[in-house]
Amino acid sequence: MKPAPFQYHAPSRLEEVLKLLAAHGDEAKVLAGGQSLVPTMNFRLAQPAVLIDLNRVEGLDGIREDDDGRLRIGAMARQRAVERSPLVAERAPLVHETMPYIAHPQIRNRGTFGGSIAHADPAAELPAVMLALRAQLLLRSRRGERRLTASEFFTGLFETALEPDEILAEVVLPSLPPATGWAFAEVSRRHGDYALVGAAAVVTLDGDVCTDARLTFLSVGEGPTEAAQAAAGLRGQNLTEATVTAAAETAANVDIDPPSDIHASEAYRRHLAGVLTKQVVNAAAKRARA
Amino acid sequence: MSTRVFGQPIRRQEDPRLLTGRALFVDDIDLPGMLHVAFVRSDFAHARLGTVDVNAVRDRPGVAAVYTADDLGDYWQPGPLLVPPPPIERITFNQRTQVPLAKGKVHHVGEPIAVVVAESRYLAEDAVAEIFADLEPLDAVVDLEAAVAPDSPLVHDDIEGNLAAHVIQEKGDYQAVRGKADLLLERRFHYDHGTAAAMENRGVVAAWDERGQRLQIWDTTQAPIPIRNGLAGMLGLSESQVQVVAPFLGGGFGPKIMMFYPEEVLIPWIAMRLGRPVKWIEDRQENFFATTQERDQVHEAELAMTRDGRILGIRDVFLHDTGAYAPYGLTVPINSQCTLLGPYDVPHYYSEFKAVFTNKPIVTPYRGAGRQHGVFVMERLLDLAARELGLDPVEIRRRNYLPSDAFPHNHQIIYQDFTPLTYDSGNYEPILDKAVEMIGYRDFVSEEQPRLRKQGRRVGIGVVSYVEGTGIGPYEGARVTVQASGKVHLATGVGTQGQGHFTSFAQVVAEQLGVEVTDVSVTTGDTAELHWGTGTFASRGAVVAGNACHAAALEVRQKILKLASEELEVAEEDLELRDGKVGVRGVPEKVIALGELAQLANPLRGAVKPGTEPGLEATTYFGPDRGATAAGVHAMIVEVDPETWLVECKRYVVVHDCGTVINPLILEGQIEGGVAQGIGNAFYEHLVFNSEGQLMNASFMDYLLPTATDVPPIESAHLVTPSPLNPLGIKGAGEAGAIPVGPLFAQAIENALYDVDLEILEIPLSPNRLFELVAEQKE
Repeated sequence: MKPAPFQYHAPSRLEEVLKLLAAHGDEAKVLAGGQSLVPTMNFRLAQPAVLIDLNRVEGLDGIREDDDGRLRIGAMARQRAVERSPLVAERAPLVHETMPYIAHPQIRNRGTFGGSIAHADPAAELPAVMLALRAQLLLRSRRGERRLTASEFFTGLFETALEPDEILAEVVLPSLPPATGWAFAEVSRRHGDYALVGAAAVVTLDGDVCTDARLTFLSVGEGPTEAAQAAAGLRGQNLTEATVTAAAETAANVDIDPPSDIHASEAYRRHLAGVLTKQVVNAAAKRARA
Repeated sequence: MSTRVFGQPIRRQEDPRLLTGRALFVDDIDLPGMLHVAFVRSDFAHARLGTVDVNAVRDRPGVAAVYTADDLGDYWQPGPLLVPPPPIERITFNQRTQVPLAKGKVHHVGEPIAVVVAESRYLAEDAVAEIFADLEPLDAVVDLEAAVAPDSPLVHDDIEGNLAAHVIQEKGDYQAVRGKADLLLERRFHYDHGTAAAMENRGVVAAWDERGQRLQIWDTTQAPIPIRNGLAGMLGLSESQVQVVAPFLGGGFGPKIMMFYPEEVLIPWIAMRLGRPVKWIEDRQENFFATTQERDQVHEAELAMTRDGRILGIRDVFLHDTGAYAPYGLTVPINSQCTLLGPYDVPHYYSEFKAVFTNKPIVTPYRGAGRQHGVFVMERLLDLAARELGLDPVEIRRRNYLPSDAFPHNHQIIYQDFTPLTYDSGNYEPILDKAVEMIGYRDFVSEEQPRLRKQGRRVGIGVVSYVEGTGIGPYEGARVTVQASGKVHLATGVGTQGQGHFTSFAQVVAEQLGVEVTDVSVTTGDTAELHWGTGTFASRGAVVAGNACHAAALEVRQKILKLASEELEVAEEDLELRDGKVGVRGVPEKVIALGELAQLANPLRGAVKPGTEPGLEATTYFGPDRGATAAGVHAMIVEVDPETWLVECKRYVVVHDCGTVINPLILEGQIEGGVAQGIGNAFYEHLVFNSEGQLMNASFMDYLLPTATDVPPIESAHLVTPSPLNPLGIKGAGEAGAIPVGPLFAQAIENALYDVDLEILEIPLSPNRLFELVAEQKE
């Protein structure tokens, strides 16, 4: 389990990274926390000819509020730093709630916020949460800068809209409107495992009526999955046991098309998606009322 | 005797070194000029092997050598059969053992095809990626029942029906007693066991000293002496030229005593051929294919019982997956066959099994070694019978225990040690009583469970029994030496893999010599220190090696007393050994230090008297007539989440009787580690092979080991029924924790899901599987 030979670069400025990427394109991989890439290389499933290490690049790991009051998280911010950031807890409580579900502290110490998003593992938590929060993703290349929504960014199984010469530089999280609640939950075999199914919800209420709802899943398809019909069914409704149960059924049976694998069958995943829908929608609604 | 050290919960002497990273493991060996090895392994479970084209890499920079089976010449031989078939009348046995490198055909994924030796492991793996082996895939033999069907492909072309063995053992006349039964209960059981997943993978380092004509080998083996003997023979060397060291090992659990692994045979040969030290360290991915495993058995069992819940007899017919080869003979299925009987009085027993070759990694014993499979069948039969008869699961066990006056009890079938399965001693009811009391069975069933059920919670309790045949022969040895410093050195031939031998064996010796445990240094697993012995397996270290240590210490004690009585001019009976000295009882000033006595026994002038040996030293061997039978009861309370089907183990109780206890702290560690592996087997670990014989989860991302948060605190108690088969009265404890966990999960989960009429007939379970079973039941 040793990686195939590769050329290694460890630049200290983003411009150098972008120059190297422009030069090597498809041949190159950027190394962030290495929690997915390094094992993949050791299994020789990935054999990049060039490895560009981002760990010495300055200015990619900030967590700050911008002039418009939006939270901006640098792609190289360690997951553990995001988890412990009071600013994230205040401005993006759904992210704060989700972080401890990501693997184990040792992994979060190295793993990066942007790395997990750019890797686009369908079983990862952050992509689903980015969808639920309607995050904007800032991509950089020598050609310039692009801003994509999360739903534009995630394109398939371990696939994103990133061009070979681009990196994910920053994530911008819009503020939640008033009377909005959130929740994240997942079912995994052991604490820290990839979830069998996970779900995130963001619910906005006007009195008892749901004016906006977003429901997203992980581990139920080729990427983070938005349960658009279930969420649509909640809008304009009072969130009662009946409406939430109906949403759970829609989510489990209409919105998602989960795979069977050695850990969970399609039927069990659909069942869990229903269970989790009720859990996160009810928890989010409760917070919206608080 | 001063303060007793035997039986005390003394902290492990070896732990400071282990915990501070200063203990020697095989991968720590780093020699000048050392070469590194990587293997070309089969990607297919079953394929014709044509040419292996290594020409492209022979001249690669950094590559020292490349070998295929053809390059080995006469050194290419199938491995030895470690355990021949036992003397059972009705037996068929087809021997087939592994080879160093595949020739003609590959028989399982991961079977080695070629070996690359290079300046680094990186370069070796780069070269492996360039080697082309011409493999023509064949249909793989994967499913156990399909393997014995007439139209199945054959793992070994000349072995019909993939039959490794067919064994029938019988006691009484089941067929006759069957007609008298009030209850006949027949079920099909499927029990799958996994990979040991020791924290340290395997590794071998070998160095040939041309001038000294000596071969030195470091090997992660549980049996360094047999490895030395075998390699000396294969390599044409005298045993005295070969030293095998098994230093600290990060867990063994059985698979590290599969002699001889291809890597164990090849690395020393390569080191001699190239004249440079050679190292191979198995990586985790290799470990899933190249290290032996345990796997599944399918049992069709029938229980004949009276209406008051007494066993009349049992018939069990099963298939056992032995993998591509069976170097370990029939140890695993015979353990299943014998251990099924458990602590119970089973007057009539018919047991028949077929061991079956499949295109999967080799099966050899892994902690429990087939006992789990048998215990699962018996315990499940009793649970289901209890349900049929309206009896309490605890009560049905109690009614069938062998009574305390039934020992020694001969079960009239042959055990893995080739002797009739005979329990030396036992007293089972107090174990059950204690476990029931500790878990609070009555209160739970009558009060807590109904209360929680009213709240909609699914909580369940389980109580299961088992025995463990331990401490089999043939023998082990020990050498005890009092050194001039007064400190004592103990050498044993067994290897050590974390069992605490450096402490427990030291306690045995310190007890007899009146020294501190910290003054007894212990060497294990070095053939230069003691070169007779077998190894650490079958829960036998404490029983067999422990008693050898005891015997050697007693002999040295006699030498001390004899010499001291001459020096001090008093009778031996008036002497006592304490605080590292020997002295006259009641006369504190009349003492002589052991170190001084050791020097007197090894004089520089004068003569050692005829008929005596120099020094205060003795080498002694111990071999028990047959194994000692330990017993236990495990009890557990679980909660099942009826929405997610996750299972939480709320309480876990072990009451265990392994005879005399050397060190209760070490014993508890053994039990807890075993339970953790048992929980893994019951609910987390599962080797999933697809129809092509590919292992679908060959990494710790998908092969789930229980972690600290999945293993509950284990409450344990020990009762002592000494074994009459050895002077210390010890029975083994190495595997006990792991054995009965599967049926315990099954019973407790069924009990928790009281409103679903569920029968759990398989292990391992998982949330997904419970969801399916409940859905099937509701249909």
